Amino acid sequence: MSMNSQGRPTMPTPSNDTSEMEPVFQSFSGHRGLRLAEPLIFELGTCHTTGVDVEDAGDFELSIGDVERTAEIGCPGLSEPDAVRHFTRLSRRNYGIDMGVFPLGSCTMKHNPRLNEKMARLPGFGDIHPLQPVSSVQGALELMDELSHWITTLTGMPAVALSPKAGAHGELCGVMAIRAALEARGDAREVVLCPESAHGTNPATAAFCGYKVKSIPAQDNGRVDLQALKEALDDTVAAVMITNPNTCGLFESEIKEIADAIHQAGAFFYCDGANFNAIMGKARPGDLGVDAMHLNLHKTFSTPHGGGGPGSGPVVFSEALKDFAPMPYVVKEGDAFTLVEDGDTKSLGRLTAYHGQMGMYVRALSYMLSHGADGIKQAAEDAVLNANYVLASLSDVMSASFEGPCMHEALFDDRFLKDTGVTTLDFAKAMIDEGYHPMTMYFPLVVHGAMLVEPTETESKYNMDQFIRSMRGLAEEAREGKVARFEGAPYFAPWKRLDETQAARQPVLRHPVAEAAE
Amino acid sequence: MRYLPLTNDDRQAMLAKIGVRHIDDLFRDVPKGDLNPEIDLPRHQSEMSVERQLSRMAAKNISAGSVPFFVGAGAYKHHVPATVDHMIQRGEFLTAYTPYQPEIAQGTLQYLFEFQTLVAQLTGMDVANASMYDGSTATAEAVMMARRATRKKRAIMAGSLHAHYKAVVETTTQFTDDEIVSLSSSPTDPEAELQAAIDAIDDTTSCVVVQNPGVNGSVLDLTRVAEAAHAHKALLIVVVTEVVSLGLIKSPGEMGADIVVGEGQSIGNGLNFGGPYLGLFATNQKYVRQMPGRLCGKTIDADGNEGFVLTLSTREQHIRREKATSNICTNSGLCSLAFTVHMSLLGEKGLRQLALVNHKRTCELRDALNSIDGVEVLNNTFFNEITVRLSRPAAAVVDTLAADGVLAGVPMSRLYPDDKVDDLLILAATETVTSDDISTLAAKLKEALS
Repeated sequence: MSMNSQGRPTMPTPSNDTSEMEPVFQSFSGHRGLRLAEPLIFELGTCHTTGVDVEDAGDFELSIGDVERTAEIGCPGLSEPDAVRHFTRLSRRNYGIDMGVFPLGSCTMKHNPRLNEKMARLPGFGDIHPLQPVSSVQGALELMDELSHWITTLTGMPAVALSPKAGAHGELCGVMAIRAALEARGDAREVVLCPESAHGTNPATAAFCGYKVKSIPAQDNGRVDLQALKEALDDTVAAVMITNPNTCGLFESEIKEIADAIHQAGAFFYCDGANFNAIMGKARPGDLGVDAMHLNLHKTFSTPHGGGGPGSGPVVFSEALKDFAPMPYVVKEGDAFTLVEDGDTKSLGRLTAYHGQMGMYVRALSYMLSHGADGIKQAAEDAVLNANYVLASLSDVMSASFEGPCMHEALFDDRFLKDTGVTTLDFAKAMIDEGYHPMTMYFPLVVHGAMLVEPTETESKYNMDQFIRSMRGLAEEAREGKVARFEGAPYFAPWKRLDETQAARQPVLRHPVAEAAE
Repeated sequence: MRYLPLTNDDRQAMLAKIGVRHIDDLFRDVPKGDLNPEIDLPRHQSEMSVERQLSRMAAKNISAGSVPFFVGAGAYKHHVPATVDHMIQRGEFLTAYTPYQPEIAQGTLQYLFEFQTLVAQLTGMDVANASMYDGSTATAEAVMMARRATRKKRAIMAGSLHAHYKAVVETTTQFTDDEIVSLSSSPTDPEAELQAAIDAIDDTTSCVVVQNPGVNGSVLDLTRVAEAAHAHKALLIVVVTEVVSLGLIKSPGEMGADIVVGEGQSIGNGLNFGGPYLGLFATNQKYVRQMPGRLCGKTIDADGNEGFVLTLSTREQHIRREKATSNICTNSGLCSLAFTVHMSLLGEKGLRQLALVNHKRTCELRDALNSIDGVEVLNNTFFNEITVRLSRPAAAVVDTLAADGVLAGVPMSRLYPDDKVDDLLILAATETVTSDDISTLAAKLKEALS
């Protein structure tokens, strides 16, 4: 069986004989009841169809020079009813938080309040241009200032840069600020330390900023090995990137000692704040010695993941780094707000055109105002409670990777599947048949066959009990050697396992030109 | 609190199951003195109350749709059909994750495949990825990709490139040993601007980055830049900040581009004060494995049915870690859906009509401005945006008109504060601009300049 670098099988196993579940005939249409087949727009539409009534420009003299596009582009059009039907049919092949528990560890799939969507669509936020005169967008700058206030208060940090577009972009911003600060003191340094359990964006970001990446080991209890860290720290180390709570779902109990050791070596402490959801309102990174940390507004503050973005990754900074924050930023002068877009020579520069993800700022502030300080703290507590409830309810049938309570996510490994023939991947796919999105699998890399379960605070006890019942059922069957439901799972999804190896060997990344609609 | 389903009874029962007495027993790893700090922020509020508070802030802004509006320079006010927003708000799209479990994410994967194809067709390239954050970060990624592909590190940025895009490239590469040659803009002579880029190319050049239409609105044939770049084994990167222009103007691919990046906001996405937007990234087949970002590919499932998966992930950070082509993880998924829905409605026919209407409006704008004393239109060619020279500093004129209910455009000095461009103003006219809007602008401008 082909494996990718995480030891995850990439070839589908042949599906079992499912004849008992399958009808003996095929429909004439290709549909299967509510499972509606749907071709590509290139097979549905034509280049002569349009679903938009645009006025006819009539004849007039063009002023585009000698570059008019005359060749056919190949983009098909659909009438409005056909377009609505096409995308509605596609949507029904997706699983989302709105449909059920989505316990994807490290991704924080919590409920996305619709009030936030409504607020982001107010014309005063959604229909303003980033380069309008500053006098005409005072309310937008006020919103950014207010969001900054909430973020700095919750994190206990003196400053925040809002503009990074997503978590990884925030990491880039943070590590660049660190490098700018080091260069400003004439001490560039060359190494960034990351734990083995780090998210892949951490080492990728450090390399992007020209650093060599060295790995630091974990202790048996899943936390950073402080002694090993101290030994690795010297005057070549620019920064240490640590996720806290970490990717094993554990709080780094020696975080202050870690921060002290980092600072004693003259390095900076970058904290990956992807898991801030677990501690918001409960603890402030500013009290723990952090120099820079990004927040994922699309995790912690409920802005929708949207099938892969858009995200938003504001970065908070300590006193030592705040002068190096990127432009632009908002400054309040009396009752008026201004934007600093250039001319700050200490700033690390500009990371994106315009001012960042305004649409996400509105949603996140709407979330914060709705929860308030009390609700935010309650949300963190409930997230941790739900995860520990899962951990406590499954530890006798699955193998928890570490002892003791977890934070917002429970980590299991595949020891409980030993000698059953069932893999983490099989187990995950069987969860699909149970009506759940699988947990994060094969991450973090520090335990074998990882299964990282993050229920979030927006699941009820009823939902948790149903979920736990399914998980227990699956674990018990696997251990009893009843493996039929795992081999070739999912059976009840609209697609069987897809062949990733073929996709990578002979990549087909677009609809072919020759077959484009006429 | 309306978003939190657990009751106090639930919480007690769950703590009992876990075997602890108090919730803080689960936070025992947090240093004692740092747990439960005083947080000086307001308490929770009802939906109505939050709506009231945010609506007050929103009302302080002048929205594009409420006034004669001519602001462009990389972000454009277009009409977005109601269908687009309805579709992207379906929970199955809105609340899905990156499609790591393809059996239950074929909706997302199929529209990404459609999106990739549409972007490839529009740009005239072989392949496109599943999106980047926005046009500016896509440009920085393209420069770094050109370095990987050519193993050379001198990148030339033409004067036509949006100032923010230049700044993002410079910021992003500041800690690498890339050499970024940033040529100054000369809005009055775009041909000279292009020639300067050609003259700067040598054998150490990895890429030359040219925006078309340029930041001043001019449209150029880039074929000779492509030839010059290729003669020195450098890549031509074409930046398109107004993607509607591709309905009327020859594609960058036809002009010889090796990488095309763009801002896709114009199709399906609102202005949103600058984000979220949609980075487009397309290239030719031979560079596929050098690309940054996610790619969706076609495959089959265990029953032989066609389906889609994310593929070639060995380029990406979650597999390759520090050796990845980029650190990007989350991209602009939902914005790419908005783009795909809008493009499906437009089709080639609607896109061309839309492009023609944009161009026609801008011709009307040019004619109206040309008739005003103290206004000189600088463009010989343009799509939906022109640059004019005013007899007074543009920023002050824009402020005066804003106070009078007209958003007249972007003073060039806001983008290029160090250049002597105080008298230049960039104005865009899309299909949303009416003849009345143009008359109003002309009248107010005349008044302000007299």
